[in-house]
Amino acid sequence: MLSVQYNSGLNSPTDGDALMEKLRGLKCRECGRGYPSAPVHVCEFCFGPLEVDYHYEALKGVVTRQSIAAGPPSMWRYKDLLPVDGDVAVGHHVGFTPLIRARNLADELGCREIWIKNDSVCHPTWSFKDRVVSVAVTKAREFGFDTVACASTGNLANSVAAHAAEAQMKSYIFIPADLEQGKILATLVYNPTLVAVEGTYDEVNRLCSEIADKYRWAFVNVNFRPYYSEGSKSYGFEIVEQLGWRAPDHIVVPCAGGSLITKIWKAIKEFEMLGLVEGPVRTHMHAAQAEGCGPIVTMIKNDTDVLKPVRPKTIAKSLAIGNPADGFYAYRTTKDSGGFGAHATDEEIIEGMLLLARTEGIFTETAGGVTVAATKTLIEAGVIPRDQSIVVCITGNGLKTPDALYDRLETHVKIRPTLSAFDRALTVLKSQGEPRPL
Amino acid sequence: MPLVRIPTPLRALTKGTAEVQAKGGSVAAVVDDLERQFPGLRERLVDEGGELRRFINIYVNEEDIRFLDGKKTVLKESDQVSIVPAIAGGA
Repeated sequence: MLSVQYNSGLNSPTDGDALMEKLRGLKCRECGRGYPSAPVHVCEFCFGPLEVDYHYEALKGVVTRQSIAAGPPSMWRYKDLLPVDGDVAVGHHVGFTPLIRARNLADELGCREIWIKNDSVCHPTWSFKDRVVSVAVTKAREFGFDTVACASTGNLANSVAAHAAEAQMKSYIFIPADLEQGKILATLVYNPTLVAVEGTYDEVNRLCSEIADKYRWAFVNVNFRPYYSEGSKSYGFEIVEQLGWRAPDHIVVPCAGGSLITKIWKAIKEFEMLGLVEGPVRTHMHAAQAEGCGPIVTMIKNDTDVLKPVRPKTIAKSLAIGNPADGFYAYRTTKDSGGFGAHATDEEIIEGMLLLARTEGIFTETAGGVTVAATKTLIEAGVIPRDQSIVVCITGNGLKTPDALYDRLETHVKIRPTLSAFDRALTVLKSQGEPRPL
Repeated sequence: MPLVRIPTPLRALTKGTAEVQAKGGSVAAVVDDLERQFPGLRERLVDEGGELRRFINIYVNEEDIRFLDGKKTVLKESDQVSIVPAIAGGA
């Protein structure tokens, strides 16, 4: 929707002198203790998560709508607001995915304005994880690591393996052994060392925390988490820019570890702080989770900041994190923004996937089914008013999780290669009332 | 005595040791004994209200103590206790 002119200077910050100071280091999100920039993620004192500390004063007036619009058509147009000091090492073409006006879906749900932020076509591995991984692998290079690693529910595995290949770094990928075949194949093809762990994602996660303590690897979502998670902000920046520098009234976000929803919110607040958003921000952030693994939405519904971990049981495996590390912050984000949350049953997840496919021609994975289903629930419950603007976050591609639909789609018509055979088949189809609803 | 795995951020208090023995028939008692052996360790694990800090996960063998009996979880001599910072993944 935007006419984008961009410079070729992927690796040139907008204003070198001013932005030399953009990063102060890391800061504990809980107790505020400061740390120098390093591959660490936990406050030594209170165990709170560390996050990147920006020198926002140095960015004011330097990062403008014009400077962003002059950047490349990728997430790196926001490089000044990402924790990369030097050159971008990998993933130069990640992001700037379509924001699509979903008129058919809006008609179906009786709403005025629905948009799909479509990271199911994010380059190169078809999920929003490319955003976080390109930052993490670039930082791994900056810190002199030769090996990257991750604990993953699938999409992250694909992305780490792909970006490690691009960077010509070694990679160790840890996944739950029962992951979808599509996600395993789309990891193995990049030739990483893939370790399938007999356990849940939470068990894989815990194991990786201990491995990260022992081996000097760049675990993108452990010791590189402060940098990695910042990459998700680009998803939020793009929503605002692509809406014409406007923040929508509602954003519905799938939640697993709980990081993405907090970073989209942070992106909007950063843009607001820098004076880049048109009008006041009235965005309500809503969390979408599967009923079989929804501890964050349960916190929201019970209005408690105490997370009760669960044992996941859902077809939305990319969201199957029963002990989300950012659960508290995801809850706070919905609370602070006046948003809410909704659970989706397995049946509703499939219905959500099919609804998006038949109304907008977009094939999302099960996590996207969760988000569409949660959006529908929140609209029908009156939490999201039908006359307000809504952005639905679609973060992964349906071709990775076809298993979920095998039992739901009807067999295609099979005929001999003759016109008479087709005529007969068409007569039968019409007698059944084509097109057949799914 | 239960064996306790100490994560990197706490090893400055245990003189760099990654695994220590601690006395106690429950998780709470083991935390008390860790404080006796390594003064200052308790306040890293427990907040002012006496509750485990939000971003710390404690496991007995392979199980998160929130699925057991929390701080009151009973320990056997042969049990292993792991202190693990919360980490992220997924969306």
